[in-house]
Amino acid sequence: MTRQKLLDLYFMDARARLIDLAAFLDRIDRGQGEADFRLNALRQAIAELGKPDQGRAERVLLSLSDPTLEPIAAAPGKGAIGAYPG
Amino acid sequence: MRYIEPHGHMVSLVTDDYLDMATAGCQAVCEPAFWAGFDRSSADGFHDYFCQLTEHEPKRAARFGLPHFCWLCINPKESEDIALADDVLALIPKFLDRPTVLGIGEIGLNKNSRNEVKVLEKHVDLAAREQQLILVHTPHLEDKLKGTRLILDVLQSDSRIRPERCIIDHVEEHTVRRVLDAGFWAGMTLYPESKCTSARAVDIVEMYGAERVWMNSACDWGVSVPLAVPYAALEMRRRGHSAEAVDRLIYQNPIRFLSQCPKFKLPA
Ligand SMILES: [Zn+2]
Repeated sequence: MTRQKLLDLYFMDARARLIDLAAFLDRIDRGQGEADFRLNALRQAIAELGKPDQGRAERVLLSLSDPTLEPIAAAPGKGAIGAYPG
Repeated sequence: MRYIEPHGHMVSLVTDDYLDMATAGCQAVCEPAFWAGFDRSSADGFHDYFCQLTEHEPKRAARFGLPHFCWLCINPKESEDIALADDVLALIPKFLDRPTVLGIGEIGLNKNSRNEVKVLEKHVDLAAREQQLILVHTPHLEDKLKGTRLILDVLQSDSRIRPERCIIDHVEEHTVRRVLDAGFWAGMTLYPESKCTSARAVDIVEMYGAERVWMNSACDWGVSVPLAVPYAALEMRRRGHSAEAVDRLIYQNPIRFLSQCPKFKLPA
């Protein structure tokens, strides 16, 4: 597909998501108390968007993933939170 | 448009959803066994669930002309308790020859714990002994990458397992390549918040091809969209994919994988 057509299809959607993300970061700034590791994880993931190479979605996902290989001793619960605390 | 819903948790849906799916062109629905949103207190709960999947749900689907198939297992979210898992595993063989059971699934991992891995290995062994197809659930969010690696290790270290008879579901951009490179099928789950959006699923098809890939809604009791597959088909058309390419992905591909189980047949 041409870039022009892709922009026609997705520009408004990407623009809306970008503004939502910006507003979210502002909202966090206005909040009180300490943020947890998720904020840093998000900032690191956002940095991937500025790099010119292909594979941004994959790199964002990788930066939010548990990189270890050993099974953990016991499941602490059932849920996942979206970022790896390290 | 015609399509197969290869992964839908119909027990969580209302009957209107069957009507909508049939109206949108659904030709068959396949339902893996999964977590009900709460823990069952004993194997008896699973026995009743397996009866629901093999007896009740096919009747509900038949009202809309939809063939209903299922997969059986104890899901990874309830696999931390090995004694319970053993009790449920012991129940499964007597259900396997029921006419709509396609295989073992959705097995896999959730938090990537040692017990989850043990229970996964037991399911893989059962599937190998009974020559069953396998449908695998990969973990959510930050746990997906590690879980996918561990699952591939388990499957690849059992020489009886043929990758073309296993589908690894809920792949995303960071896991799809290793699944396909290892010869397995890959499922893309279309969820509004986690997993894949329609646009990203079409990206993945464009980047990695559509040879061993299917799309599903995995609609369940959570935030999910029962018509996600036809919506993704619309997305493909908007991106310039032909009607034939769409049909191959959402109808012919699931049939190609599922027909490896002789019980999967669509009405003529
Ligand atoms: Zn599922």
